[in-house]
Formats: sequence, C-alpha cells, structure tokens
Amino acid sequence: MNSRRGVWWVVGVGLAISLLLAGAVSFYASSAPDGLDRVATDLGFSSTAQDSAAAGSPLAGYGLDGVSDERFSVGLAGVVGLAVTGLLAFGAFTWLARRSRRPGPAGRSPIGDAPTS
Amino acid sequence: MHIPDGFINAPVSAAAGLVAIAGIGLALRGATKELDERAAPMAGLVAVFIFAGQMLNFPVAAGTSGHLLGGALAAILIGPYTGALAVSIVLIVQALLFADGGLTALGLNVINMAFVTVLAAWPTFRLLVRLLPRTRRVWVSAAFVAGLVSVPAAALAFTVEYAIGGTGTFSVGAVLTAMLATHVLIGVGEAAITALTIGAVLAVRPDLVLGVRDLLPRPVLRPRVLAP
Repeated sequence: MNSRRGVWWVVGVGLAISLLLAGAVSFYASSAPDGLDRVATDLGFSSTAQDSAAAGSPLAGYGLDGVSDERFSVGLAGVVGLAVTGLLAFGAFTWLARRSRRPGPAGRSPIGDAPTS
Repeated sequence: MHIPDGFINAPVSAAAGLVAIAGIGLALRGATKELDERAAPMAGLVAVFIFAGQMLNFPVAAGTSGHLLGGALAAILIGPYTGALAVSIVLIVQALLFADGGLTALGLNVINMAFVTVLAAWPTFRLLVRLLPRTRRVWVSAAFVAGLVSVPAAALAFTVEYAIGGTGTFSVGAVLTAMLATHVLIGVGEAAITALTIGAVLAVRPDLVLGVRDLLPRPVLRPRVLAP
C-alpha cells in the first residue's frame, strides 16, 4: 500500500482544526437563540427556565470572566473548554482501551468474547 | 437543544438522570469492545471536535440558530457506545463549566443529545451502508442521512419529555410541530458537517471510520502504532 498517515497524524490535524474552531471561529458564531430556545420563546414557556447552579462559573455563557475584549473572552473560554474536554476524553478512552485488552476484573469480562480484531 | 433547568419538572429530570447513569454504564461496557489502541486517540479527538463544533451556532432561519449535536458523527467514527460516551463527556463539561444546559437537566440532555442521536443515526447508517454499494460516495451520503435524522429524533425526545414533565402549559401538539419544524432545518446543518467530516477521514484513513471498517475491500490487519 501507499504510505498511510498515522493515527496521530489524523488526530493532530483534527485537534488543530478543533482549536481553530473553538478559539477563533467561535467568535463569529450566530448569537440567535437555538432551536429549543426559539420554540420556548415562541410558545411562551421560556420563562420557566431557571439559572443553572453553575451560572456563577467564570466560564458561564462561553466567556472568560475578567476578559473585557469579547473576541479574547470567547476564544479563551473555547480553548479552556477544549483542553478540559480533551483531558477527560483522552484519559477516559485510553483507560477503557487498556481495560479492553486485559481479561478484566472477575465477573466483568464477557465469557468467550475474543478481543475485537 | 440544551435544556435549561426548570423546563422539565424535578421528578422527570431526576428519573432522566437515573436513565442517563444507567445508559452511561451500558456504554462503558460496550465501549471496551469498540476501543483499541488505534481507536482511543480517535475517540478523544471526537469529543474535542464535538465540543468545538457545538460552539459554532449557524443561522437556520430568521432569528434562529442551531449547532452540531455530534451523535451521528461520533457513532459512525468510533462506534455507538464510545460515541455516546464522547458526547456525554462534552455535555458534562458544558453543564459544569459553561452553564450550558441545566445541572438538573443534565440527564435529559444526555438522553437527547448523546443517546437518542446515536440510536437514530447508527442503525440508519449501518442499514444504508450494508444495503448499498461499497463506495466512498455512498458512505458519505449515508453519513449525511444519519446526521439528518439524528436532530429531529432528539427534538422528538424533548417533546416526549415535555409531554411527561413540562412545566409550561402548552399543548404537546404545538411543541411537537414547532420542535420538528425548526430541527429539521438544523438537521441539514448537522448532516452537512457529519458528511464533510466522515468524508475527510475516509479520504485519509478509511479504516479509522468504525462504521465501515468491516466493509473495506481488504481486512485491515491491526497495524501496530509505532512510537514517533
């Protein structure tokens, strides 16, 4: 076969695109209400919404508290969210992938199920 | 599509939380069969990409926007169980750090955006790719259709939750009609992003698309990932 790109090449390009989207392009995202908000407003039940207990988070509403420039505020919030999501997801999936190759703790391994080929 | 606190009453939200926990448990077990050392980094990437994609609201009609949900994309790329987990991680980060979607509504949001989207998209995609010719164009089109159906399916799930535990007093019919009308349009955006992304990965490394791996011309022997 011809030279194939490695998995980490694909992942690296994907991460770079994601960083660009969350860090820079997100500033240009539409600020119109999304489909559910629109329906709730049009039908008149949007007033039943309550503030989330996380509303005091420094990142609430996709802006970083204390950063007045909106472009930076949104971009930084995006980068922080990306980093947190990435750490959680890469950690969790690497751990799960390792588990899947081991016989597993007693009782959890499906009997007769070969590892995925 | 992120439900804030208060739209759906406490008992139904709590029940949804339990369903979400049970579903994540099921997905954790299923994901161990989908994940291997080549799939794990892809799964991490999918979660990151969906987080970024969900920040990008696109206009769909006058005064209305929509954004990627990602369930279809995730299921096709990394499998339904791992895909549901990836979207769940994104939703948890959004609810805790960004106050996007309520905390008591987190279970509802996980059900609608992580489970229902995958449950709608994955069988649709697999049915199409197994029935139709094995070409990249067909697979990209199947990804489009899977993305397209996933968003109205999530909107339908919200309507069911509203019917059971909505705190508003509006007729279920009115909510259903309005939700479907808006989300069919948002589904087109979802479909386009899903097809574009799947097409890009198919062009570079088709074996990294779990949804078609068993249909590739030659069985790809598990390549060892060499340390860089």
